[in-house]
Amino acid sequence: MDIVVLVKQVPDTETKIRIGGDGKTIDTSDVKWIMNPYDEYAVEAALRLQENAEATVTILSMGPERVVESIRTALAMGADQGVLVNDPATEGSDALGKAKVLAAALRSLDFDLVFCGHRAVDDDENQVGIMVAELVGIPHLGLAVSVELVDGKVKIERPIEGARVTLEGTLPALVTFGGAHAVWNPRYASLPGIMKAKKKPLDTKTLADLGLSPNDVGAGGATIKVTSMELPTERQAGRLLEGETAEKAKELVRLLHEEAKVI
Amino acid sequence: MAQGVCVITEFREGAFRRVSFEIASEGRRLADELGEPLLAIALGAGIESLAAGLGNYGVDKVYVVDDPKLEDYRAEIYVPAAAEVLKSLDPKVILTAASVDGKDFSARLAARLGAGLATDCTELKMEGGSLKAKRPMYAGKAFAWYEWSDGSWPQMASCRPNVMDCLAPDTSKNAEVEKAQVEVAEGNETQVLNIEKDAGGKIDLTEAEIIVSGGRGMKGPENFAMLEELATLLGGTVGASRSAVDSGWRPHADQVGQTGKVVTPTLYIACGISGAIQHLAGMGSSKYIVAVNKDPEAPIFSKADYGVVEDLFNFMPVFIEEVKTLKSTC
Repeated sequence: MDIVVLVKQVPDTETKIRIGGDGKTIDTSDVKWIMNPYDEYAVEAALRLQENAEATVTILSMGPERVVESIRTALAMGADQGVLVNDPATEGSDALGKAKVLAAALRSLDFDLVFCGHRAVDDDENQVGIMVAELVGIPHLGLAVSVELVDGKVKIERPIEGARVTLEGTLPALVTFGGAHAVWNPRYASLPGIMKAKKKPLDTKTLADLGLSPNDVGAGGATIKVTSMELPTERQAGRLLEGETAEKAKELVRLLHEEAKVI
Repeated sequence: MAQGVCVITEFREGAFRRVSFEIASEGRRLADELGEPLLAIALGAGIESLAAGLGNYGVDKVYVVDDPKLEDYRAEIYVPAAAEVLKSLDPKVILTAASVDGKDFSARLAARLGAGLATDCTELKMEGGSLKAKRPMYAGKAFAWYEWSDGSWPQMASCRPNVMDCLAPDTSKNAEVEKAQVEVAEGNETQVLNIEKDAGGKIDLTEAEIIVSGGRGMKGPENFAMLEELATLLGGTVGASRSAVDSGWRPHADQVGQTGKVVTPTLYIACGISGAIQHLAGMGSSKYIVAVNKDPEAPIFSKADYGVVEDLFNFMPVFIEEVKTLKSTC
């Protein structure tokens, strides 16, 4: 069983976002980079299957040299090997461009299952993993909060609005992961794990290695692009209610009913 | 030559989901700006007789694919069917729902069409005959405006539920209905084995008008009963901060924040939530925010329209009684 986990490196969720000088990207000067939390859940899910089903787990990512650190983190958690597509020509790719790169890299690997987060917590696009499934031509089972292998098929549970769906898919398949930290409790890298990770294979590839032309991807190949970014209007702190408990409770009900008209 | 706006509706258990009316209303506005028709594609089982009703929300013409195989959403049959209908329609703009299934559907369809897709949009406009889309990033810590390359049709956008203004339904207007000539595939890649409804028909956080949310200050799972009571009184639903979920007090589906759900209710009541930056990102776009916390320094107060600095265990029971009084008199 071969499992490939797609991992993206993103700014830490505690980052205060500032717009960069170009007005259309964020200022990354003070950013602490982490593995996308939902991808971390995907790594954890893959490692659990690795323990039960003798799977090989490969981490696949794209981006600049700094991304090596996130791949090493996944290797330290227990993954077997890593592949990084590092090519400046991928800069400015839209979601479909990124999916083309990952799909091409995936085709150069063996896989029965492809795992990744349902979205990355930077762009929040919710597209790339699903597009990879479409480009590679395999089923996508989305937003998994559990995953198991049953009779050569993959079975997940996914919450939808007001219900929970149990879905089964044939292999090969791509599963995107949802849930929360409390659902997956991804393992920490142990010290021996970190030492071992340094010796695990980590390949770097360029677009040429994948048979892609720079025109297919990057800013030139993008059908959609960000033209400007803005910060949300800063909320003004409202009023603090004064008085005894009963007075405050009465006043809050009055404000919500008469002023805000929401109850 | 690409023409018009096309919305793709979402249908579940014999009814259009509300977000379908929201995207139809938004589509109407964009179609009027273009001076071109608003079309819809409606996929589902037992959908044909309800399709004309989309006209109430401004749709001119609906292409219906009504097939028992479409009972449950499955990408491998929904996406090819929609793509087949779109071939002959060739719209400029395609709007979809950024619901759970809609997100899956939209990305797969965009990849199949080679189209640029802006997901989870909160604002759309036409400029020079081309779409511009605003969407949140970093769970709402920032917003980005997107444009499509020249001549790159269709331009696809999925709309965040609960955000786009829904037209008041005009029941005198019906849409023209045409059965699309599409063969729906069997689809043998995925299979829905079971759908288990949430207990008590809980309203999903992303679609709730009112959310009563609890954090570490709730001290334990048993104390959420009072938030449940208040939510029920107000017709809302209960949410939670990451620390409440990590403590095992609430299910993960209740988690609001950058690694949980991003919510946009009319009223968000935060109880015993201090307001970590990743939580504030997830609920900062709520229309009204109430914060109840005994710590006057809690960051949540900087976002709250109405703040109550008091122990929530003192305040909430009294507040709930006041809400009951209000509800009994109006």
